[in-house]
Amino acid sequence: MRKLFTTDHRSLGVLYLLLSLAAVATGTLLSLLMRVHRIWPDTPLPLLGLMKPEDYLALVTMHGTLMVFFVLTVAPQNGFASLVLPGQIGARHMAFPRLNAISFWLMALAFTILISAFALPSGAPLSGWASYPPLSAIASAGPGQGTGMDLWLLSIGIFCVAAWLGAVNLLATILGERGAGMTWSRLPLTVWAWLTTSILTLLVFSVLLAAAVLLFSDRHFGSSFFVPLNDVVNGHVVGRGDGSPLLWLHLFWFFGHPEVYIAILPGMGLATSLFANFTRRRVAGYKVMAAMLVAIGGLGLLVWGHHMFVSGMNPYAGTAFALTTMAIAVPSTVEVIGWLSTLWGGGLRLTTPMLFALGFLSFFIAGGLTGPILAQPALDTYLHNTFFVVAHFHLIMAMAGVFSVFAGIYYWFPLMTGRMMNDLLGKLHFWISLIAAYGTFLPMHISGLAGEPRHYERLAGPVVSFSEILPNERGITWSAILLGAAQLLFLWNLFASAKRGERATENPWQATTLEWAPEIPRRRIERGPYEYENGGTESMFRPQWESASKQE
Amino acid sequence: MDSQAIATHPDHTHAGHEHPPYLRHHFATVEQQRETSSFGMWLFLLTEIMFFGGMFAAYMIYRNWYYPAFVAGSHQLSIVLGTINTAVLICSSFTMAMGVYSAEMRRKSALVMWLLATIVLGVVFLGIKADEYHEKWEKHHVPGLNFSVQDFVRVNPAYPEDKALPLDMAEKTQVYFSLYFAMTGMHALHMIIGISILIGLVIKAQAGAYTQGHMTTIENFGLYWHFVDIVWIFLFPLLYLISRHQ
Repeated sequence: MRKLFTTDHRSLGVLYLLLSLAAVATGTLLSLLMRVHRIWPDTPLPLLGLMKPEDYLALVTMHGTLMVFFVLTVAPQNGFASLVLPGQIGARHMAFPRLNAISFWLMALAFTILISAFALPSGAPLSGWASYPPLSAIASAGPGQGTGMDLWLLSIGIFCVAAWLGAVNLLATILGERGAGMTWSRLPLTVWAWLTTSILTLLVFSVLLAAAVLLFSDRHFGSSFFVPLNDVVNGHVVGRGDGSPLLWLHLFWFFGHPEVYIAILPGMGLATSLFANFTRRRVAGYKVMAAMLVAIGGLGLLVWGHHMFVSGMNPYAGTAFALTTMAIAVPSTVEVIGWLSTLWGGGLRLTTPMLFALGFLSFFIAGGLTGPILAQPALDTYLHNTFFVVAHFHLIMAMAGVFSVFAGIYYWFPLMTGRMMNDLLGKLHFWISLIAAYGTFLPMHISGLAGEPRHYERLAGPVVSFSEILPNERGITWSAILLGAAQLLFLWNLFASAKRGERATENPWQATTLEWAPEIPRRRIERGPYEYENGGTESMFRPQWESASKQE
Repeated sequence: MDSQAIATHPDHTHAGHEHPPYLRHHFATVEQQRETSSFGMWLFLLTEIMFFGGMFAAYMIYRNWYYPAFVAGSHQLSIVLGTINTAVLICSSFTMAMGVYSAEMRRKSALVMWLLATIVLGVVFLGIKADEYHEKWEKHHVPGLNFSVQDFVRVNPAYPEDKALPLDMAEKTQVYFSLYFAMTGMHALHMIIGISILIGLVIKAQAGAYTQGHMTTIENFGLYWHFVDIVWIFLFPLLYLISRHQ
């Protein structure tokens, strides 16, 4: 029990990661059910029976919510930061250990509440992870839109508060707890990323909470923030005072877009560290790389309107949002060029964490390339709400994000357990996942270009039919099943290595950053974070915990 | 899992050092603890600004769209009660600031007295607010639960220059009142939370917890209380005063 109600940052880091493991397992199962239903919509499934259209929408909603909030926010932002951030800055503890623990327990509570929506007789909510009103505002709009939607709102509300507390703790730790000599230019890039994502979390989750409160008030207190006057739902007039769904879109995407960066920036910081370590090189342009992480975060606050090009928003606003969105391509490209120049001719050491970091880079580029396409209002008018968008964000957010999380787990596993993860299983896991992930998400571009809309429960119907892309969809489903199956390798490796894995040596990756120091350094930090000897061997590196005078 | 982890960060023990009881183990010095805690509090207030900011954004958009409805809605509020409440809240900020000062001067009874005064003023504010809500209910101005457009499709006797609203615009006063209740309601919720914390602070202050050199908690709560006050300083003109320019 004492271990469970711990305030120790490392134990909490493990707990956060276990929570997101539970969420990712659930979310993956849901997505496989969706894929199977798409190609055999009339086949009853074992245990679940014949799936109704609303069941499909519930799967979409719960999959998205679980993955975005409980996997891609919890693991990189809270899990890894709790695990290594104090170590990396030379601090003994977090600034607010109890706040960190409360944050974890609130997130666990939010997860339980969300999952419990499946147990309701009326089922889970249907309105997607973005919960657009009026569908989300009117209880009679669909089977899961009554209590199910209330549970969704409650869960997200609690998650918002938990995310605030976590971010307050991280920021106060980074600004107040750094060890002596740990100057800004000596911070590892992961810390720069957590600094940026914490600021984003503080700024945007609070707005989401405000939106959730207003939506709850529309549902239960008869206000009318989001429902238009005389709106008709299921034959009943429901609108009262002429609110606007557009207001929800603005408030939601003001949160929703920066959320993408909260998910991906820690992965970018981690990938930079791993590239330096496994090429035994200094990071090319450290200061630029740090500045660009912050710039991406800053620009990320100004682009939410690109989710709303076809919503009826003023076209001039659309142009402005298109410009800010394309501007993000600039710092992102700088990051990519920085990584490539670190890697170029660097004699890569292809360990499992390095492979996953390279996989992250590959998805970041592949998914990033479609970003500027979707940023054009004219092109987006056609592509909006098609599978092209699904392909885009699954590559750049989901796959890049998840691969960076895998890289982090393989890399920091010795800090959690004192053991190494099995390298052969890890490499198998990587190659199968990489191929299956591309097999799943690249063909979705084609479905999307053919015009296939998202959130459609079946492809061939009496009114619209997309039966000609069914072969493409079958390939996607089989790939997705392979991708899911490959994760069993990871699970096996995770639990088997935690018990019986090879014992880790001290500083097993010959890393320079402080989380690998044998003890908290008592002397001033005098070195930068990535002092590898360019082109040198494994032994030629200067960890941050060594003093500057000990030159060879 | 954790017990097997590489023991790089040995636990800190009490052997061989002395520190004041209020210094938590993960801080090196009292100064660092104080700075970090109040920084954390400021960050929390930043999220609060964004939280209310979401609602202020909604207010701005709808005021722009439904201007006549917002004027008519605003003219239904009691400017006298609003002004009294503003004065009450500013006084409570003063008593809170005096509380912080007393803690700094290590005067226990003065601290308890000022905190109690803050509680009383907070309760007075909520009482007046409840009276205003009650009046809205009686005038059928509560959207969803008890609303009628009657007051808006005829000329308001208190503002004879105002024109009566056409029915579709009169319906939109519900948006104004939705915002009124959401914003003042969230503000009142912050007051209720604040008063509950104040009661806890009074009990601990009575035991002498904040008058022996450690007053970070009192200081940080003061920041929260002033923040809630400042939110009202924005709500009052936006909801009550802004349309009284005739």
